[in-house]
Amino acid sequence: MTDITWKAERVSFRHPGASRDAVREVSCDLPGGGVTAILGPNGAGKSTFVRLLIGLAVPTRGIVQFRGRSLVSWPRGAIAREIGFVPQGEESVFPMTVRDVVAMGRYPHLGPWRAETEEDRRLVRHALEDVDALAFADRPFATLSGGEQQRVRVARALAQHGSAIVLDEPTAGLDVRHEIELFALLRGLASQGRTVVLVTHNLSLASRLADRVLLFSEGALVAQGESRAVLTGETLTRVYGWPIDVVEHPGVNGAAGGPLVVPRLTAQTGRVP
Amino acid sequence: MITTASIVRRYLLLTLLLGLAGMLAVRVGAVGLSLTDIVAAVRGTADTATHTIVVGLRIPRVVLAALCGAALAISGATYQALLRNTLAEPYILGVSSGAALGAVAATVFGLDRLSPWVIPAFAFAGALAAIVLVLRVALVAGRVLDRRTLLLAGVVVGAFCNAAVLLFLTFADAESFRSAVFWMMGSLAGATWQHVLLLAVPLVIAGVVLFGLARSLNLLAVGEPTAAALGVPVERVKYLCFALASVLAAAAVAVSGVIGFVGLIIPHAVRLLWGSNYRQLLPGAAFLGAIFLVAADAAARTLAAPTELPIGVLTALVGVPVFVVLLRRRDD
Repeated sequence: MTDITWKAERVSFRHPGASRDAVREVSCDLPGGGVTAILGPNGAGKSTFVRLLIGLAVPTRGIVQFRGRSLVSWPRGAIAREIGFVPQGEESVFPMTVRDVVAMGRYPHLGPWRAETEEDRRLVRHALEDVDALAFADRPFATLSGGEQQRVRVARALAQHGSAIVLDEPTAGLDVRHEIELFALLRGLASQGRTVVLVTHNLSLASRLADRVLLFSEGALVAQGESRAVLTGETLTRVYGWPIDVVEHPGVNGAAGGPLVVPRLTAQTGRVP
Repeated sequence: MITTASIVRRYLLLTLLLGLAGMLAVRVGAVGLSLTDIVAAVRGTADTATHTIVVGLRIPRVVLAALCGAALAISGATYQALLRNTLAEPYILGVSSGAALGAVAATVFGLDRLSPWVIPAFAFAGALAAIVLVLRVALVAGRVLDRRTLLLAGVVVGAFCNAAVLLFLTFADAESFRSAVFWMMGSLAGATWQHVLLLAVPLVIAGVVLFGLARSLNLLAVGEPTAAALGVPVERVKYLCFALASVLAAAAVAVSGVIGFVGLIIPHAVRLLWGSNYRQLLPGAAFLGAIFLVAADAAARTLAAPTELPIGVLTALVGVPVFVVLLRRRDD
């Protein structure tokens, strides 16, 4: 799939009562398929942009199109059938099993009084298999580790059965192994033809595993394109306001290497504008 | 995994239990009746006295108890998801305080002597006024219905109404005082088929609509962004759930006074027994609430006969130990 999935045209968003735009004049095309990483410092507007991409926020100015139609004209249910979403930090007040959580992905496909069908149950099982969570499908969700919980949330997004999946900092709080496992899972989904968009703070992993990056700073999209081309030491130093080097890791014992993003330990050694 | 067969078995069992509880509750009371008496009364072949007791007094009272239990349990379960708060119950947003204010005002001014419908009418009006006031206070800050602001608005409106109730009671004569306090402890005495109808209509409507919103309630319990991302028109659903749960609580309070505890504990008991999915929770809570209140009312009529115990006192006295047992079962 190479057609344009998302198209943002001069999109701005300002929270009611705020004095400045959280997202400012952003224009970009996101083609279908592949992994797009949204990067930038805290407060750069990444999460707000994600909310604009799934229609949870309505642009103050400009237009966000999904598959050629402005998201504003999409009913909520229709968006939910097209775009799976994994939000940042959510916690149910009541205990639920893993299967209950994933079954929620089927809700957009079900009428109010309609019961789940065998097909819905099959898709839930399938989604659990895809994230390798079938083994603990009947355990209480709250008893899982952070990494397992995130995999289950991805499964819920997969059960929505849309063409795209959007994740807001899915690896926050995860250890190295769980983070890389989740990235590998997302790469796998992209190779099956899904469009994956995620917010992350792991610049090295984004550089190695994302096809494209969008780099935000103070609400504006300051750089976009192929990840290795965008993520240079110079650009990152400017955007993060801290000296950052990008070095090439050669790989060890035949394992693939890749770019490594290395922040310096003190600000003095670099020139911070 | 839950199978269709196990769900069918569960509701068959609950129906059976409700039937048994109902039957038992019709039999016991100031005049003990046999099953034959009851059947004869229903078929119209019993003597006038038995007929009056069974068809005119006992059955409407038992049916009203069942409807009240179901309404309070559904209302509490809905509030718990809406407010994302496990301590939420039907009266948390001031419905009971508003109703009490209406009922006590009517009693103190002697209006209750005009017609038996004055108290329910004033209670219902007071409850609705409280709901509207809570909504107005909650929306002062903005147009979005925020659960924390809603909770605060409910607490302050409730506190205001309670203060007004106490003020009225200060000037009440002994008889009005006594009847007002008894009303606030809840009672199903004096239930008629009209009471039943008054509660049955909102219960059926709200029950069906809320069951249709069961999945949205599941999602609201997880969080609003998640709910919105999964296709729920969040604001519209919140208003609708708030309105339906409040009207259910108001209707129940209007016909039975303030019966506490049912709306808090029954939803939790159902969660412990059958999980948190509102598709199972709402019908389960309706059944269990109905059974519980029918049994509690029967006990209230018989334990200290001929004195009737306040049912609100009994629901807490019986319900707390039962709930503790359920909690322990989950920990095992």
